[in-house]
Order: sequence, then C-alpha cells, then structure tokens
Amino acid sequence: MIELTNIHKRFGANKVLQGTSLTVPKGSSLVIIGGSGTGKSVTLKCILGLVKPDSGTIKIEGRDISSGDRDAFLARFGMLFQGAALFDSIPVWQNALFYSGPVWHTVAFRLLRGSLKRPLSEAREIAIEKLRRVGLTPDVADKFPAELSGGMQKRVGLARAIAAEPEIIFFDEPTTGLDPIMAGVINELIREIVVEMGATAMTITHDMTSVRAIADTVAMLHDGVIKWTGPVAEMDTSGDPYLDQFINGRAEGPIEAVR
Amino acid sequence: MNPLSPLAAVGRSVLALLQQIGQVSLFAANTLSHLVRPPFYPREFLSALFQIGWLSLPVVGLTAFFTGGALALQIYAGGARFNAEAVVPSIVAIGMVRELGPVLGGLMVAARVASSIAAELGTMKVTEQIDALVTLSTDPMKFLTLPRVLAATLAMPVLVAVGDTIGIMGGYLVAVARLEFNAATYLSNTVDFLQLWDILSGLVKGAVFGFIVALMGCYYGMTSGRGAQGVGRATKTAVVVASVLILAANYLLTEVFFSA
Repeated sequence: MIELTNIHKRFGANKVLQGTSLTVPKGSSLVIIGGSGTGKSVTLKCILGLVKPDSGTIKIEGRDISSGDRDAFLARFGMLFQGAALFDSIPVWQNALFYSGPVWHTVAFRLLRGSLKRPLSEAREIAIEKLRRVGLTPDVADKFPAELSGGMQKRVGLARAIAAEPEIIFFDEPTTGLDPIMAGVINELIREIVVEMGATAMTITHDMTSVRAIADTVAMLHDGVIKWTGPVAEMDTSGDPYLDQFINGRAEGPIEAVR
Repeated sequence: MNPLSPLAAVGRSVLALLQQIGQVSLFAANTLSHLVRPPFYPREFLSALFQIGWLSLPVVGLTAFFTGGALALQIYAGGARFNAEAVVPSIVAIGMVRELGPVLGGLMVAARVASSIAAELGTMKVTEQIDALVTLSTDPMKFLTLPRVLAATLAMPVLVAVGDTIGIMGGYLVAVARLEFNAATYLSNTVDFLQLWDILSGLVKGAVFGFIVALMGCYYGMTSGRGAQGVGRATKTAVVVASVLILAANYLLTEVFFSA
C-alpha cells in the first residue's frame, strides 16, 4: 500500500503539487491522469525519492520512505520511463560486461551488481526470459539499444523494470510516441504483468485507451491536487466537471486551455 | 529607471557566481566522499581510465611534440640575441616540464574529455537514464562521477609525463636536425639541468588539472538543462570553465611551488 498525504512541492515560483493525497492499495493498479505540467511525473518522482517534497508524508506499507535503508527500498521498485531510458552509451569494449552494452546488459542491470547480484549466465538467462515475457525474441538480447525501434525500446524498458521481480511498478506515459496498435500491445502487456506478478502499479498517462486498459482506480490530478478519484467503471458517470472535460477531450470547461 | 539598477545587476551576478562556486564545491566534496563509501564500481573506473588516459595519448603527444619543436626554434632565435644559443636544451626542458607539458596537456584534455563527459552525462540526464540508474539502486555519483574524476586525476600525471618526454624529444629533433646542435651534448645538458622537483611539480599540476577537467565535465553534465540546447550549453560551459580554472590553478600552483 502506498499512501501520500498532503504533498507540497514547488520549483521556484512554480507550485507543482499543492496538497496531493493518494492511496494505492496493495496489488491494485492506479492510473493518474491530468494535463501536461500538472505534476504527474513529480508525484512519481517524489515517491521514488528522485525529488524531495517540501512537505507532506509518503508511506509504503506504513513506513515513511524518508527513513530506513534506501537501497532496500529501491530494490522493491521497477520503473518504465517515458523514453525507455535504456543505457545507450557506446561501451569501450563491445563484448566486455558493461552497463551500456548490448540490450541484455541493460535488462539485467540490477542482477549484475549490488545486493541482487547473480552469476553471469543466470543473469543473462533471466534477461532473455524477461525479454521473451515482453514479446521479444532472444536475438534482441545481443543487439544494441540504438538499433531498436521505439516500440521495442519500450518493451526492453518494461523487461528491465520487471527483471528483479519488483513489488511496485511505475509506468511513466507507457504509450506516448507509439502507434495505436503498439500502444494496445503495451497496455495489454502491462495489465498481464501486473496481474500475474501481483504488483502494485502506478501509471501516469493522458491516453484514455490506456487508462481503460490498465486501471483499477483512476485519479485525476489538476492544479497540484487530486480532483477526483474512483474506480475506472465510475469514471464516465462521475459528474465531475474536470474529469468529464478531460476524458472527453473538450476545449471548454473548468480546465483552462491555452489556445 | 532606478538609478541603483546597474549596481543591482552587479550584485546579482556576484551572488550567482558565489552560488555556483558553492554548488561546485559541494559537488566535489560529495564526489570525494564516495571514495570511502562502498559499493565501488571498478569496471566503470577501468573504462574511464581507458577513455580518459589511453585515448588522450595521441592528442597530448602531438601537442607536446610540436610545442617542443617550436620552443627550440624560439629559444634559439631569442638566445642568439645575446649569444646564448646554448641554453636551448635547458630552457626547452624546464619550459616543457614545469609549464607547457601540464598546461597544454591539461587544456587539450579539457577540450577532449570535459566535453565528452558533459555531453554523455547531459544526454543521460535529459533522457532520464540518470533517474533510471537511481531506480535501479545505483547512485550516479558513485557509478558515473567518481570513476571519471578518479581516472582523470590519476591518468593526467601519466599523460603529462609522456607529454614532457615527447616535447623534449621534439625540441631535441629540431635542435639536432635544424639548428646543428650536437646530439649527445643536447641530451646530457637536458639531463644535467633538470631537477627532480621540476618534473614532480609538473606531475602534481597534471593531477590537479585532471581533477578539474573531470569534475567540470561531470558537474555540468549532471546539471544539464533540457533538450539539445541544454546539453550543448552544458558541454560548452564545461570546457570553458575547465580551461579557465586550469590556467588559474596553474598560476596559483606555480606561485606556491616556485615563489621563494
């Protein structure tokens, strides 16, 4: 269970989060929707500790995230980044084990160092298995990230996110920049993986197809606060003017659109 | 217009400068603190050593070679004005070893290494790869910054030593081939004249310059702004600041080492 209570965060004069509160029950999938620049990414980054909130508390399984072992804390997370964020620097020695080498090095990053370290052959096997899980053939393992298409990079990012069997997975705009069919494939994969791993998932997106495919619960973020939250089935009949405007993509309504 | 606004502008830029100095100092302290805090990433260190040390050899060597040659010609011409052509070997040696080896080597490495580090880390920052490292339980300061800073600090003295040698050789070749110096006398003059501290001081300078170069590359890369423009600016600033700091540090170190 993830609990955010009254989170505030500002960057200079720009107040991004102004009292955001959210609860994600264990094993459920929450999707945060909202316009660009409403603080969706900042919310995820606060939970991960990449951004420090100015005030408010974040608890995971009842424990405040600012206390305790950070390494053990992060070991429970997996994250799929918007642009996949695969390690694509060109390594000095192409075949030596290096973080930015062929795809499988990226996927097995966690399994090659630190507290979750496995023997080399086992790490490679797990990487190939995870790649297969996201629909990629084993030959992709030895390609380089730059050789892959956008959709394949997203899949590799997903494989990396699930490689160490995380309890909590974050998806940052998983379908942005993909064609509708590939977006559908990624949505389905996310749903399947979350269900079969029993993981708690938080996704941020403004793709409504994605919301309906992935979410158990939906939260609408606007002006740094949660305007509406509820089960995905009630989304269309909420009567909330902000949510209605957003999911129907109307230019008129309480959310001001810059023309 | 407020009559005080020019003063306010001066104040603002002084404050911005002080803030920048503070941030860089904190960044440096943070980097060094990881020297004694595991985990360590030896593979990243070796890779950085190869990138920064080995791959900089050609550019440092060529720079030193041509500088040594030009130095011999100039000192010969200058020395001829008061019949002191014989000082060529000693001045070439001392000039290379104390000043030109470390400074020109440092500037060439600043151009090559500070830019490539800043561009690489800046791109990683912009494409969220650095955030991704954190979510994979890896501290970017340990994984990216420390290996590069350490590698540059250790590789630079070696590069300077190689540069010194090649520079002196450049001077020797020009002196023997063009200025009709006796080869054996030239070499023995060089060896007899140089003192150990001349060489060591240059190597210490090299280590300091290496530290500056990698630190600036990492700092401006890690704090890069968004987009192609952000990375471009980070790269440019890293090279400019590293170069100026090298020259300033060179003056300070020379003052400390040699002013009696």
